[in-house]
Amino acid sequence: MRGLPLSKDPYNIIITGVGGQGNVMASRVLANMLVHKGYQVTIGETFGASQRGGSVMSHIRASAKFTWSPQIPKGKADIVVSLEPVEAIRILKSYGNPHVKVLANIRPIYPVGVISGELDYPSLEEIEESVNRLSLASWFIDATGEAMRLGNPILGNIIMIGALSRIGELPLDREDFSEVIDRSMPPEKQGLNLKAFDIGSALVSNTG
Amino acid sequence: MSYVTDNREGMQHLLMGNEAIARGALEAGVNVASGYPGTPSSEIIESLAKVAKERNLYVEWSANEKVALEVAAAASFSQLKSLCAMKQVGVNVASDFLLHLGLSGTRGGMVLVTCDDPGALSSSNEGPSRHYAQMFEIPLLEPGDFQEAKDMTKWAFEFSEEIKNVVMVRSVTRVSHASGNVRLGALPEMEVHADFRYEASAFNTDEGPAESVPVNEKHRLQQEKLQKAIKLFEQSPFNTYHGPEKPELLIITSSAGNLYAREAISLLGAEDRVGLLKLGTTWPLPPMLLTRYLSKTDTIMIVEEVLPFLENNIKILAAENAREIGMKTFYSKHEGTIPTTGELNPDIVVSALSKILKIDYGAMDSGYEKVLQMTTIAQVPERARTFCPGCPHRASFWSIHNALQMDNRRGFVCGDIGCYAMGRFSCGFNTTKTLHAMGSGAGLASGFGKLAQFGMDQPVVTVCGDSTFFHAAVPALVNAVHHNANITLIILDNSGTAMTGFQSHPGLSVNAMGDEVPEVDIAKVCQGIGAKVEIRDPFDLEETRATLNQLMDDSQGVKVLILRRECALSPERRYTKQYEMHVNESLCLGEDCGCNRLCTRIFQCPGLIWDKENNKARIDEALCVGCGVCSSICPAGAIERKEVA
Repeated sequence: MRGLPLSKDPYNIIITGVGGQGNVMASRVLANMLVHKGYQVTIGETFGASQRGGSVMSHIRASAKFTWSPQIPKGKADIVVSLEPVEAIRILKSYGNPHVKVLANIRPIYPVGVISGELDYPSLEEIEESVNRLSLASWFIDATGEAMRLGNPILGNIIMIGALSRIGELPLDREDFSEVIDRSMPPEKQGLNLKAFDIGSALVSNTG
Repeated sequence: MSYVTDNREGMQHLLMGNEAIARGALEAGVNVASGYPGTPSSEIIESLAKVAKERNLYVEWSANEKVALEVAAAASFSQLKSLCAMKQVGVNVASDFLLHLGLSGTRGGMVLVTCDDPGALSSSNEGPSRHYAQMFEIPLLEPGDFQEAKDMTKWAFEFSEEIKNVVMVRSVTRVSHASGNVRLGALPEMEVHADFRYEASAFNTDEGPAESVPVNEKHRLQQEKLQKAIKLFEQSPFNTYHGPEKPELLIITSSAGNLYAREAISLLGAEDRVGLLKLGTTWPLPPMLLTRYLSKTDTIMIVEEVLPFLENNIKILAAENAREIGMKTFYSKHEGTIPTTGELNPDIVVSALSKILKIDYGAMDSGYEKVLQMTTIAQVPERARTFCPGCPHRASFWSIHNALQMDNRRGFVCGDIGCYAMGRFSCGFNTTKTLHAMGSGAGLASGFGKLAQFGMDQPVVTVCGDSTFFHAAVPALVNAVHHNANITLIILDNSGTAMTGFQSHPGLSVNAMGDEVPEVDIAKVCQGIGAKVEIRDPFDLEETRATLNQLMDDSQGVKVLILRRECALSPERRYTKQYEMHVNESLCLGEDCGCNRLCTRIFQCPGLIWDKENNKARIDEALCVGCGVCSSICPAGAIERKEVA
């Protein structure tokens, strides 16, 4: 099966956040959903001790034609999915362009430099304003807050994938998500993850 | 069901490079796999361990890479197919055996997979492993994408059996830890019988003893095998060319460089001007193939990471064949087109290529850059690495740091390889003062501990993890005890090879395949060697600090302090809270306390944040894992903990 033409080929997605937020898992789930739709997908990511508490990003590239480099060239992101608000700006500074879109979680994780008082963390208003200036469209949702209501903040990553499916940039649907987690997760965890996906998807239809 | 054992030939799955390598080994009919965990190589052995029962494999995490290579070689000597996987530094550890293995040759197909880490994304170095292939005269293959990672590994086993020697497959982080679509081949069903034949003469490499001697004969044989490899490489489908018949510029590359070069050509729309020769067989280079492509143009660009390996060998070939192929202009590392440190990426390659082709290329949209330069864009704070919330290392280094301060003799800590290498950063209170290879902390301490003769009066402390202890610290500890070095070794025992994902090690009762196995008791090993041993819980800060001070005061010989507490991310501890944490606002005195905000300015656990507006510490409910340690550092007793029922 071959994927239908994408709005851009390759379509470049960056999922960013902080080590421990389930970035790698989110990128695998999303990439597998795209493979399920027939695309050639490349994920580039780094993990290991170097990411403990640091910024992490996964580059996902979907194409109807080729396997692309696991690193997206600078200035060439099509959408940034940010599991942590300020990380969106960090990514836009290197990978942004006038057409980039941003989906961001509003729950900050403070760097140790901010906790210790050496550095400042911008207010959410400042972050939203900057992201709006640096993107064609943006969505801000309280994914961690919703995930904590579900009982585990880590589910914020799946809530973000649910939200991404609703933005309409990529051919992502609930059935693909369901099939992907069916192959990658124990059955007892699938219900909660489907719920998280649905919550994310509803958050965007409400705000958008 | 694991994608790695999907038996439907032709199915396409998204596989990580390391999973693709594991799948290739399964398609080749691998029987035995061994390795030592190390980013970015660990998922190869992990993937095989998961399916060991299903595919009738024997898979182990060995004590270190040299033992791993020996375990794999024993299988090959017994007519089985074996794979051994390690990160780049592992090859250094295994290198002594590898040199001799190249001479003795192998019997069943044997593949050594090494995963380099250009840019040191997850390493304390970016050392190369490819040079070993050349130095030890064994063939080298490098996959240029995910499909090739599988196909090449599979072929490497056939190839090894054909030339009767070990074959090195070299990957890099951006292949091993990246993922892409891979079309699967068939999984074979094979009957095997392990049998080590040694009855024939020393000259019979198939049925005689497996030895590197007699060296003259074995070395000659080894070089004949390389000549055979060259013949196969001349025809190899892993060397591919894309581009015009007569390109203006020929790019020669391998590994991840292939993906970057392809991207760079596409970004510049230079498909009609540039040819791309991707080499999969990179040592020994096939000379006829190289001279054929070098003849296509006089301008050559070589794209590879860190040290010039292809470059040096291609330049030798070009010089030897200059009469036939003409003089060439090279754009490579020697004259500075491609950097010799750090990893490459599409941007570095496209920037170099655009200069050679004289095409303007700007990565960022110019209007966008103007917006970025506006001062109204929020400042993004740096995000320094730190230990996870609830990490026992933060607590351990807190106590070690305080013990050294109280001791007040300018004592120091030799660091080692693991998450606790971050002991050198502020998250570890800048405690460790040396950092080198696995086990080097104990070895250096052993040396420092003998310098009293020359006036050294600083207490010598070193740390290592539980897996590192077995890997390389044991010989250093033996050395320190035997020479009566005055040192304290602190073993940060978090019950697994935590940094790389909780792989088993000899101190645990379960092996890679999930079988119950005898555990080697670290405390008993240390006692058996002759060290004094204490065991503490690092979450008990005061007791740990006091014990360490006592041990440092004891000037007689080797003291070992085992600090035992599971990693916060371990399957046993993850998502379970021992305590509900709470900051009592009426007790927290904020900046007026006089403690200089010990909790947030010094201790710096990400789960404990500073509420600037209220001038109080606060628990971040989304991050705190409830280890309870911070309650014992607050002098005002404001951080309260309540046991979770």
